[in-house]
Amino acid sequence: MITHEEICSVHSMTETEKYGLLEQVMDDYDRKESNLIQILHMAQAIFGFLAPEVQSFIAERMDIPNSKVNSVLTFYSFFSTKPKGKYTVSICLGTACYVRGGKDVVNKLKEVLSIEVGETTEDKMFSLQVMRCIGACGLAPAMTINEKVYKQVNPNKLHRILGMLK
Amino acid sequence: MALVTLTINNKTIQAEEGTTIFEAAKQNNILIPHFCYLENVHQIGSCRICVVEVEGARNLMASCVSEVKEGMVVQTNTSKVRKVRKVLYELILSDHPKNCLGCHRNQNCELQDLGEQIQIDSFRFEGVKSKDVVDSSSASIVRDSSKCILCRRCVTVCNEIQGIGVMNAHHRGFATFIGPSEDESLGHSICTNCGQCIVVCPVGALKEKDSTHIVWEALLDKSKKVVVQTAPAVRAALGEKFGYEPGTLVTGKMAAALHELGFDYVFDTNFAADLTIMEEGSEFLKRVNDQLNSTTGAVLPMITSCSPGWIKYIEHQYPDQLGHLSSCKSPHMMLGALVKTYFAEKIKVDPKDLFVVSVMPCTAKKFEITRPEMESNGIRDVDAVLTTRELARMIKDAGIEFTELKDAEFDSPLGLSSGAADIFGTTGGVMEAAIRTVYELVTGRELPMEALHVQPLVGLQQIKTADLLIENPLEPYAFLNGVTVKVAVTSGLKGANMLMEEIRLGKSPYHFIEVMGCPGGCISGGGQPRPVNNMVRMKRMEAIYREDEGKSLRKSHLNEDVMTLYKEFLGHPLGHVSHELLHTSYVKRKKN
Repeated sequence: MITHEEICSVHSMTETEKYGLLEQVMDDYDRKESNLIQILHMAQAIFGFLAPEVQSFIAERMDIPNSKVNSVLTFYSFFSTKPKGKYTVSICLGTACYVRGGKDVVNKLKEVLSIEVGETTEDKMFSLQVMRCIGACGLAPAMTINEKVYKQVNPNKLHRILGMLK
Repeated sequence: MALVTLTINNKTIQAEEGTTIFEAAKQNNILIPHFCYLENVHQIGSCRICVVEVEGARNLMASCVSEVKEGMVVQTNTSKVRKVRKVLYELILSDHPKNCLGCHRNQNCELQDLGEQIQIDSFRFEGVKSKDVVDSSSASIVRDSSKCILCRRCVTVCNEIQGIGVMNAHHRGFATFIGPSEDESLGHSICTNCGQCIVVCPVGALKEKDSTHIVWEALLDKSKKVVVQTAPAVRAALGEKFGYEPGTLVTGKMAAALHELGFDYVFDTNFAADLTIMEEGSEFLKRVNDQLNSTTGAVLPMITSCSPGWIKYIEHQYPDQLGHLSSCKSPHMMLGALVKTYFAEKIKVDPKDLFVVSVMPCTAKKFEITRPEMESNGIRDVDAVLTTRELARMIKDAGIEFTELKDAEFDSPLGLSSGAADIFGTTGGVMEAAIRTVYELVTGRELPMEALHVQPLVGLQQIKTADLLIENPLEPYAFLNGVTVKVAVTSGLKGANMLMEEIRLGKSPYHFIEVMGCPGGCISGGGQPRPVNNMVRMKRMEAIYREDEGKSLRKSHLNEDVMTLYKEFLGHPLGHVSHELLHTSYVKRKKN
């Protein structure tokens, strides 16, 4: 199995090494179609996003049609087919977060970053996305930036949070 | 199988365990309004139109995916059901263009039919439309996503029946669209152009690339001599577009209609089917001879090459196995090449002024004529392909009363054909035609089978096989004495995939394989009239065998016009001229 360290060291890898690692991932999952979602997760961790070339590579090596790979990955909002920013800002819009003002946070973020949901800022710093319930209802409205969870976010806190990252 | 007792609309009925409510109702003459359901093919309940009320159930149930249970009480026409059905229909319509007058499916549209059936009188929901992509990159198929109602029948047919997987659903919810992946167009995908998706599309979202316009143009162009040819399967289905029952042969009326439309010469692809048997049969015997008598051997099994959907499939999926394909062009390409050479010379017309139209049950033929290999001396073998549906449209457009036409004949010299050529239109037919001729050429005796039919190769089964023992052959074929020739026949690309896997693993026991890309063969090709189901397939197939049995000439090698062609022009099968005009090569394509 691929180790956590390997995934963490992808930023220093060449493209060829990344594709090599992806081959290894597919082997770990026996190249089975039923494991496609896991493989796509790992591929996104390796490449940052799932470009058409990466999709074709997976399709070819797993002997399934391109169209099927694309069908699966476009169904899930977690997968991205475009490059992401250094920080992915995800706002939870599950029921609890929604009623406690998650939508206002999204609107404020769109304004501050001048992008729509699903887009990335021109300086490639921030990507904005929306999620449905991350299981942190007690912290509503919740937001994550990359792996870190922020609790009880409101529009006024955003400037400070984003400022600390820059 | 155990029987279950239930009531539907207060009628007590019995149904086998495992039957769906929809099927049980249908067996008792209650046809629940439905839309995406396609018998034996597509039953996923995606449209929900077939909902029914089941006593004790919290929600309405989609009857096409809900099984009957003992004691179940079902109502199909309560006010709740009727109201929900209408709302569902209105919701489908809210994301549909509704410009029916400008749609090729007008009056032949399942969405219109359903609207009429459930008595729709208002569209209350008008809103944003989710998609508007028109993909016309393919030579065969046009996809108009704005009309797509997401029933997913094409997805099922492309993935489950044909095993290709080009058509899939992408994104989700309101953004869902059906097609190849978002960065790909049909024309650049692994689509085989079989057109089975078109046949099952209930609306106008999938259709063949139109060729009627260029054919009309050619017909009206005084400087052009326009030649038309018709495939064997067209005559067994064209009538359906004019109100005839499936399985009605309209050979004579079709020829008459083509004359009426203004074609200068009406030829029959069947002539070239007989020619194909001469070439392909000879090629097969040569391969067997090489296998048994030469040090180099030969590539066996040999596989037929008449079906262009199958050809593109093998080029994508098994690019390293192309040597198995017969080098014969498909019959209509052969005829096109002969019209532009042999016939042009006969009537003293510059081949540049000849325009050849093929009427085909097939959408893949539209792609086939664009292949770079399909020309001689810079002149295209065939200039346009019309599907059976397109020909019907042209006949209607021209104001020809099809049903009133008197039977007419095909023109000479490329119009005569044997019964063996007729059966090219159905699965098993090419192989049977080949066996009739090869057996007789090798042994000097007629094929010893009732009515000349190779019975194990007749029918709709996915894979059919037969063994043919050769005894006491003529002198030149003495090497075949005691040899059992093993043949296999499949239709539909999933069956082809199974046979190819055997070949790839070196485990194929066969010498000769017939593959037709569409389930049932050309009779249910992507260019044939809708609807197509196994009942329709069987009727068309019976018609084809009827046409064969009605002829006194039933073997390709006895077609006198074909013999004359060899004498006057081609020399002999597999000769130099044949090689130039009637044979082709294949290309390796990407697997994805």
